[in-house]
Amino acid sequence: MSEAAVRLRGVNKRFGATQALAAVDLDILTGEVHALVGQNGAGKSTLGKIIGGIYERDSGDFDAFGQAVGKWSPRLALDSGIAVIHQELSLVPELSVAQNVFLGIERHRFGLLGGSVQDRFEALNERASFKLDPNARVRDLRIADQQKVEILRALARDARLIVMDEPTSALSIDESRHLFDCIFWLREEERTVVYVSHFLEEVLDISQRVTVMRDGRVIRTGPATDETKASLVSGMLGRSLELTFPAAPSVPEDGASPALEVERLAAGPAVRDVSFSVRRGEIVGIAGLVGSGRSETLRAIFGADPSDAGSVRLGGDAYDPRSPNRSIARGLGMIPESRRDQGLIAGMSVRSNVSLAELREYVRGGLVSRSAERSAVRTLVERLDVVPPRLEATVATFSGGNQQKVLFAKWLNTAPSVLLLDEPTRGVDIGAKRNIYELIVGLATEGLGIVLVSSELEEVMELSHRVHLMHAGSTIDIVDPADTNVDDVVRRLFGLEAEVAA
Amino acid sequence: MSDQLAPDTGGATPPSDATLAGDEPKRSRVAATLDFLAEYAVLALLAIVFVWLTFASPAFLSTQNIFNILNQNAPLAIVASAGTLVIIGGGFDLSTGAILGVSSVFAAWVAVHVDPTLGLVLAPFVGILLGLTNGLVITGLKVHSFLVTLATNFVFRGIALAITGGFLISVTSFPEFSRLGRGELEGIPILDGLKYAVVVFVVFAAAMWIILDATPLGRYIYAIGGNEEAAVLSGVRVHRVRIMTFVLSGLAAGIAGAITVSRISSGQPAAGENIALEAIAAIILGGTSIYGGRGAVWRSIAGVYLLALIGNGWNILNLDPQLRIIVVGLVILASLALGAVRGRRR
Repeated sequence: MSEAAVRLRGVNKRFGATQALAAVDLDILTGEVHALVGQNGAGKSTLGKIIGGIYERDSGDFDAFGQAVGKWSPRLALDSGIAVIHQELSLVPELSVAQNVFLGIERHRFGLLGGSVQDRFEALNERASFKLDPNARVRDLRIADQQKVEILRALARDARLIVMDEPTSALSIDESRHLFDCIFWLREEERTVVYVSHFLEEVLDISQRVTVMRDGRVIRTGPATDETKASLVSGMLGRSLELTFPAAPSVPEDGASPALEVERLAAGPAVRDVSFSVRRGEIVGIAGLVGSGRSETLRAIFGADPSDAGSVRLGGDAYDPRSPNRSIARGLGMIPESRRDQGLIAGMSVRSNVSLAELREYVRGGLVSRSAERSAVRTLVERLDVVPPRLEATVATFSGGNQQKVLFAKWLNTAPSVLLLDEPTRGVDIGAKRNIYELIVGLATEGLGIVLVSSELEEVMELSHRVHLMHAGSTIDIVDPADTNVDDVVRRLFGLEAEVAA
Repeated sequence: MSDQLAPDTGGATPPSDATLAGDEPKRSRVAATLDFLAEYAVLALLAIVFVWLTFASPAFLSTQNIFNILNQNAPLAIVASAGTLVIIGGGFDLSTGAILGVSSVFAAWVAVHVDPTLGLVLAPFVGILLGLTNGLVITGLKVHSFLVTLATNFVFRGIALAITGGFLISVTSFPEFSRLGRGELEGIPILDGLKYAVVVFVVFAAAMWIILDATPLGRYIYAIGGNEEAAVLSGVRVHRVRIMTFVLSGLAAGIAGAITVSRISSGQPAAGENIALEAIAAIILGGTSIYGGRGAVWRSIAGVYLLALIGNGWNILNLDPQLRIIVVGLVILASLALGAVRGRRR
C-alpha cells in the first residue's frame, strides 16, 4: 500500500442539530483518484470541505502528508499542498486567465508587479495541454474552461491533492469529458484527486477507489473495479434499489389535440430554426450538447427572450410569446435551468414562492387573502410531498430535491396546459429524482404537454415519447427512444459536432 | 482545538469529545440570541434610549416633548416609509430631497399666485410626477436607480431653483396655508395638541405597511428585490413594480414637501437637502437589507425615531452637539456590523 496523502480517524462534524459526519475513518492514498459518493446530505461534500480546510472538524485525528493537522483553513491547506475546486467557481470574472491563475502569488518587486506572468503560465499550460489563452477574460470562458483555470491555479500553487466538489454538475457531456481528461492527466502527474460527485457512472469511470457514504458515516471504501452502479446505489440507500425510471406514460392516441406547436422558431444567435410539436399527454425531449440552444429555445417559447421569426401555437391557436406574464396567462409554465438564479426567490417562504406566479387568484378586495393562499399552497405541498411541509420556512433552508418540488408546486399552481422543463433534476439526489420522474409522468398522464430538456440523456431517453436532436440552434432529427439507446444518441450528437469541425 | 495536535490515541480523544458535548449547545444558543438581537436590535435600542432618557432628564417624558419629536421627524418618517419599499425592491432613491424641494416651492408658488389650499393639495401630485419620471428613466434606460436618482436629484433641485428664481417664496400672509404644518388636534383626550403632520405620517406609514405586507404589489416588491430574474419568469411585471416604488417614494417626498412648506410658511428651493440620505440611514438602521428582498416599514420608522431620540436626548442633556453626529454614525455602523455577523452565520 502506498502511503496515505490524507488520513482521517474518528472525525466528527456537527451543524446545529445535524451530525454531518460521525466517526469517519478514511485514507486517501497518494496518486489516486478517490471518489466520495452518497446521497445529498450523506456527508460527502462536508468531508471534502474538511480535507480542504473550508470547514474545521469538531473532533478526530487528521494527518495530511504525514503531518498531524491542528487548526485548519483553506490557506493552511493550500500551504501544505491541498486545493479545493468548488461547485461554484471562485474565479475573478473580470481578470484574465493568467491573472486568475497567479492571483495572490504574483511575483512582485517593491510592491510593483514584476514582468509578465506569461512565461510561468505557458510552462503550466504546456504541461497540462489545456490550450487556454492566458489573456482571455475569465467571464468569457465556458464553465469547463473556467474549471481548467481553477486546476491550473491549484497547480501554480503546487497542490499535491485537489478536492473537486461536484465539478460536473454544471457541465454538459462534452465538457465533462474535457474535465475527465484533466483528471487522467493529473493522475499521470502523480497528483491525488478527491472527487465528490453523485454521478455514479463517471465515478466508476475515473476513480481507482470509491468511498460510499450514508448519513455521515463511511459505509465502505474499496476499489472502483469491485463496484457497479447498482452496488453503489444500494450502498448509498442502505437497501437494494436499482436506479430506475417509471414506465413512460402510454402514447396518446392519434387524435390527441396539439398542446404546443413550434414552427421554424428563431431567437437571437442561439436559436436558428426550431420546429417540433407536443400533443396533450405527450412528453417530448430535446437532446443536444451544451450550446445547441436547448435552454434558449424554451426561453423564447416562454417569452423570456424575444423571438425573431417563426410561429408558436398553443392548443391550436396562434400565440406571440412576448412576456412570461402573457405566457402564464395562456397556460404555459417553465421550470428554468437554474433553480437558484432563475427559479426560486431564496429569501422568501415556501408559501410566497409557490403562490408567486398565481398571486392574483388570492386577491380579495385588493389584498392578498392569506388563508386562500395558504390552503392552495398546502394542498400542493402535500401532493408533491415537500419535506418538511412547512409553508412559512424560508425556501433556502430546503434540500435541492425539495426546492425542486417547490418549483413544481409553483407551476402546478398555475394549472398549465404545457410545461417546459429545463434540467428538472439538476443537483437533486437519487431518491428525489425518482419522485420527480414519477411526477413528470403523472402530469403527462393527466393530459399536460411536456417539453423536457436535460443534460442527463438517460433521463430524456427514458421519459420521452419522442426526442428531437438539436444542434447549433436547429432541430435536426427525431429519434424514437424505444429503438435507440443513449450511446447512439451521444455518438450522433458528437458526430454532428465533428462534421461541422471538418 | 489544540488537543487535536496531540499524538494519535487511536480514535476520538476524550477531551475533544468533552469540548464537543459542552460547546455545541452553548454556541447555538449564542447564535440564536444573536439572531434575535439582530432581528429586533432597532426596537431594543429604541427602548433602551427611551428608558435612559426618561431617567436622565425630567424634561424628556412629557407629552409636549414626545409630540414635538414625533412632529419634527414626521416628514423624514414619511420619506423613509416609502423609501423602504424602494430599497426592498432592490433600488435606491437619492432624489427625495430634491423632490421635496420642488413640491414645496411649487406649493408656495401656487399659494401666492392661485390659491393657498390648492398649492398644498398639488404638492403630492408634483411628487408623484417626479417619482414617475425617475421610474420611467430607470426602467427605460435600464440603469441602476442609484445612478439615475443621483442625476435627477440635480435636475429636480435645479427646477426648484428655477421656480423661485433663486429666492424664497414667502407665504406668511395666508394663515390657512400654515394649518397642515402647525395645526393641532383639539378635543381628543390623549391626542390633544398632536400636530396634523403626525396624523398624516401615521396614515401614510400605515398605507405603506399594508401595501408591502398585504397586497400583490408588496409581494412583487419583495420578489424583484430577492431575485429579479425569478420574478420575471414568474410573470411579475418587474418594470411596473419598480416604477410604482419610485412613484410612492415621490409621493412621500411630495407630502413631506407640503408639510415642510406649510410649517415654515416659505418656499425654499434648498428644503430637504439631507433628507434622502437620512432616510436611507434610518432604513438601514432599522434592519432592512440594502441588497433588497428583506425588510419592513416598521423597521424604518423605528430607525427614524431612534435617531430622533438620540438627537433629542443630546439637546436636553446639553451634550456637545458636534459629538452627536459622530455617535449617530457609530450607531449605524454598529447596526450594520450586527447585521453582517448575522448574515455570515446563516
